[in-house]
Amino acid sequence: MLLNQFLFLAAALFCIGVYGVMARRNAVMVLMSIELILNAVNINLVAFSTFLRDPSGSVFALFVIAVAAAEVGVGLALVLMLFRNKKSIDIDDVDLLKG
Amino acid sequence: MSPILADVSVLVAQNIAFGILAVGMIIAALKVVTTKNVVHAALYLVLVLAGVAAQYILLASEFVAVTQVLVYIGAIVVLFLFGIMLTEARLGESDNLDNKPMRPYAAAIGVLMLALLTFVLYDEWGSDELLVAGATTAELGQTTEQVSDAIFSAYLVPFEVISVLLLAALIGAIVLARRD
Repeated sequence: MLLNQFLFLAAALFCIGVYGVMARRNAVMVLMSIELILNAVNINLVAFSTFLRDPSGSVFALFVIAVAAAEVGVGLALVLMLFRNKKSIDIDDVDLLKG
Repeated sequence: MSPILADVSVLVAQNIAFGILAVGMIIAALKVVTTKNVVHAALYLVLVLAGVAAQYILLASEFVAVTQVLVYIGAIVVLFLFGIMLTEARLGESDNLDNKPMRPYAAAIGVLMLALLTFVLYDEWGSDELLVAGATTAELGQTTEQVSDAIFSAYLVPFEVISVLLLAALIGAIVLARRD
């Protein structure tokens, strides 16, 4: 197997995630796209870990998974607050700072 | 076969598995960002995450694969489904999930970025072989024992910081989400 095939797959997932973050309005969908991006990074970390025969990459992938879990927990709590205050989770509706 | 061919380590079965998984993951990921149904998006996300776990198995990182299944599919997707349930009670298709005028720009940026990344990766890692054929998991540095040794020696301080971060996120989420 080539190292590159994993890197290309990760690049494709990353770009799909970027499209999702930019094109979606629903806050939950934006969080899901961020998960795609984080998974793309994790594939890269593990691929290089195996390529270099060093467990450090896997350790970092585990750290990224833990941080992603924390991020989703806080992110969904924020979305819930937004829904309670605005009755909508469109991120376009959150424009209080726009003059 | 000739010894030269044995050296090149063409892993037919692994390559076929990679191809099938990769195509499935890309299709499911595209569905996540284009589907009109929020619940379907969460379920397609499960497909992508399971595919990622399978890719970790192909990369011989069994511990990361198991963690991926436990944490992502077991916990994060359930959190997403709870988030959908608590915010948008109506199920079914919805037309305002997308910021429609942004779609072409987002697609253009995504495609440009993919082209650039593909070019850079091909340029830098063109034909580097992932030498997994004939290597044991231990030689690849991916056994659970080696990963745990790395966590609890070189990365002990980051590990402790991560646990404090998780505690802080837990308390933060409770404080944000409780009604008073």
